[in-house]
Amino acid sequence: MNFDFTEEQNMLRDSVARFVQDNYTFDTRQQIAASDTAMSEQNWQTFAELGWLSIPFAEEHGGFDGDAVDIVLMMEQLGKGLVLEPYLATVVLFGGLLSQGGNAQQQSTIIPTIIDGSCQGAFAYAERQSRFELADVKTLAKPSPEGFVLTGEKVVVINGANAAQFIVSARSSGDQADETGISLFLLPADAKGLMITRYRMMDGQLVANLVLQDVTVSGSALVGELDAGYALMESVILQANVALAAEAVGIMQELNTKTLEYSKTREQFGVAIGSFQALQHRMVDTFMAYEQVKSLLYRAVCAMTDETRDAAIAVHALKVLLDKNSKLVFGEAIQIHGGMGLTDELDIGHFAKRLMMINTTFGDGDFHQSRFNALRYS
Amino acid sequence: MDTSFTAEENAFAEEVRAFFAQAYDDDLRARLESSNPTIFRAAVIEWQKRLHAQGWIATGWPKEYGGTGWNDTQSFIYETERAAAGVRDVIPFGLKMVGPVIYAFGTDEQKERFLPKILESDEWWCQGYSEPGSGSDLASLKTRADIDGDDYIINGAKIWTSYAQHADWIFCLVRTNSDGKKQQGITFLLIDMASPGIKVNPIVSIDGHHSLNEVEFNNVRVPMANRIGEQDKGWTYAKALLAHERTGIAGVADSKRGLTQLRELAANEVNAGRTLLSDPLFQKRLSDIEIELMALEFTELRVLASVAVGGAPGAESSMLKIKGTEIQQAIQQLTMDVAGYYQGMLPNDMSAEQLGHDFGSQARQAFMYGRAATVYGGSNEIQKNIMAKAVLGL
Ligand SMILES: Cc1cc2nc3c(=O)[nH]c(=O)nc-3n(C[C@H](O)[C@H](O)[C@H](O)COP(=O)(O)OP(=O)(O)OC[C@H]3O[C@@H](n4cnc5c(N)ncnc54)[C@H](O)[C@@H]3O)c2cc1C
Repeated sequence: MNFDFTEEQNMLRDSVARFVQDNYTFDTRQQIAASDTAMSEQNWQTFAELGWLSIPFAEEHGGFDGDAVDIVLMMEQLGKGLVLEPYLATVVLFGGLLSQGGNAQQQSTIIPTIIDGSCQGAFAYAERQSRFELADVKTLAKPSPEGFVLTGEKVVVINGANAAQFIVSARSSGDQADETGISLFLLPADAKGLMITRYRMMDGQLVANLVLQDVTVSGSALVGELDAGYALMESVILQANVALAAEAVGIMQELNTKTLEYSKTREQFGVAIGSFQALQHRMVDTFMAYEQVKSLLYRAVCAMTDETRDAAIAVHALKVLLDKNSKLVFGEAIQIHGGMGLTDELDIGHFAKRLMMINTTFGDGDFHQSRFNALRYS
Repeated sequence: MDTSFTAEENAFAEEVRAFFAQAYDDDLRARLESSNPTIFRAAVIEWQKRLHAQGWIATGWPKEYGGTGWNDTQSFIYETERAAAGVRDVIPFGLKMVGPVIYAFGTDEQKERFLPKILESDEWWCQGYSEPGSGSDLASLKTRADIDGDDYIINGAKIWTSYAQHADWIFCLVRTNSDGKKQQGITFLLIDMASPGIKVNPIVSIDGHHSLNEVEFNNVRVPMANRIGEQDKGWTYAKALLAHERTGIAGVADSKRGLTQLRELAANEVNAGRTLLSDPLFQKRLSDIEIELMALEFTELRVLASVAVGGAPGAESSMLKIKGTEIQQAIQQLTMDVAGYYQGMLPNDMSAEQLGHDFGSQARQAFMYGRAATVYGGSNEIQKNIMAKAVLGL
């Protein structure tokens, strides 16, 4: 039993932490968020040079062959800086789908371009009616002489505004909510018939809706087996949930640290507000809330690397507790900052907004709790 | 034990409903929801003038000053109908805050000068209490008023001043005496926002809007004639104002409407072929809130009943505020959860049809600004301190 990291892992964590500290002040972050692309191309190149974009990929494609622990360490530090660059969308989701399901041709041409920072990707899975249900896919993929014709709509696509390549889920057979009959397709952002509408979200992300009007793709654009996209999506999203939870853990820690700090310096009634037991107990609660989520994060990482445990149960548990505890943490952070916590200028509210968006990504607490219940009690 | 209304009271409710149905029309409603501050401000004034024409602008005021003179039951009925119809409440600073102070403690000249303009919505007010160093500990405030002939000279800064950018007047607590207990050297002043030496700096809040401000006072001259009551007694008048605000503080009627809307949204939101409203986990969260609200509704009625027979609304209003704001925030949170991914929406040019969703941005705005309800007007922590002392005797 040990929870220590390897020398290499410590180095990775420290280098991300240093980047955030040196290059990602809150002011810089806000400027990036307000820019046209809501991310910095220069930072993305730095990520590439530091090797971060290569972490999960196989050595044969120029990757680092890293595991879930590496991703967790990385995401936790990115969370602390509220980093906007699309690591999750490009490396974990888009890259993950290609690594796990892409054919040899797709892997050898695209993965090296993710690693060198020249290709940003996005995974388009949500539809306006689907809410959190991955299998609820209306977008159609019909066979055609060239391969397939895709028609439909995808919404709130993370990094959809900047992506050069998309992986899109579409129904190739079966009914609207069937798990079988979903296929994944790779298509470029400039594909004929693809319309991209960009919009901003409260956490600084620039997302997009995609409208596909008879978009023709070749048979070799298929990622994974025909009709078997669901299992591939589930597997990659399991990893993405762990990555997102790690980001959230980083954010929760920052919120707790900053709130504690504020409570020691803000004085009312002639004393620091941190001297009031009513607030002390609540800061102890938020500290424990953070520790408990961190424990489930580690538990999920162990479950993912150790085949004998049930990864899905661990990840559902993680998302349930994260939803609940992060709401407590950001709520108390705002409340204990008083009027200051209500300002746009202070970072506290922005950490809160990112936590809120993380909670809704790939299912909120209730969604994961019903999944958990179904796996454990029926 | 009886909470039913008399035939007269029911007729009154009917009259209120009919008025709102006719006067608060869709065109006005749309303009009141505008995110354009000019359109919004003009619409608020238009609405408040309609209310004034009806004679219902000042629900808590006595008749002699142009108020409705309603008793608590009538006010309660009015509030309930207003919220149920989705009619926005009046801007409180003039009508609910400084107006009652002026008619209770002001001179005849002050009443004549200020009350009609408040009733007409021709002059807008803001509240200058909080300071950078004095929030929960309001009595520690430092903005100074020094006597110079028949004037006070004001120096200092107020913060979190809602709508100061629109206001013609500000009512302020200022320090006129630093000896003795800190509550005792405070004076209540009415200050013209056009006075030389006043500077308003905007503060954007986490909902992305600008309603908050910092107001700086640099040798601002205020005639003594604009002082309410006696010098150094301002704290007493400010406290009386707080006690005035008892009905409506719990926001029961607005929360009931919020809950109804939430229920409708949940009935339309589908996950895996099932509406959220039929999901047992969701039902549990919704009913937890509804049950608290059912209780609060009767808690409020019990408080009103005891006030009606002569009790003073003391620490009970703390309870109404704590529970009321907790419920409001719970409704806002659950509405966000219903919005799912779309809870992060910002206002943009896309139509709901293009976007695939129509309430995310509104839910976000309400939720984010809603965090303030447990902070302002005496934070919930301060309210609990009051209850610990006044109710539990600790
Ligand atoms: C949206 C908004 C609108 C506002 N509008 C106005 C306005 O128009 N005019 C105006 O004058 N003011 C306004 N305020 C200011 C508001 O009244 C203050 O924010 C409030 O009094 C709290 O003061 P503070 O922000 O300085 O927080 P602080 O007093 O610094 O409090 C920080 C935290 O410490 C807690 N705390 C403080 N003392 C204790 C204690 N003894 N025991 C336990 N916990 C404690 C508080 O509850 C809070 O959680 C507004 C505030 C907001 C957020």
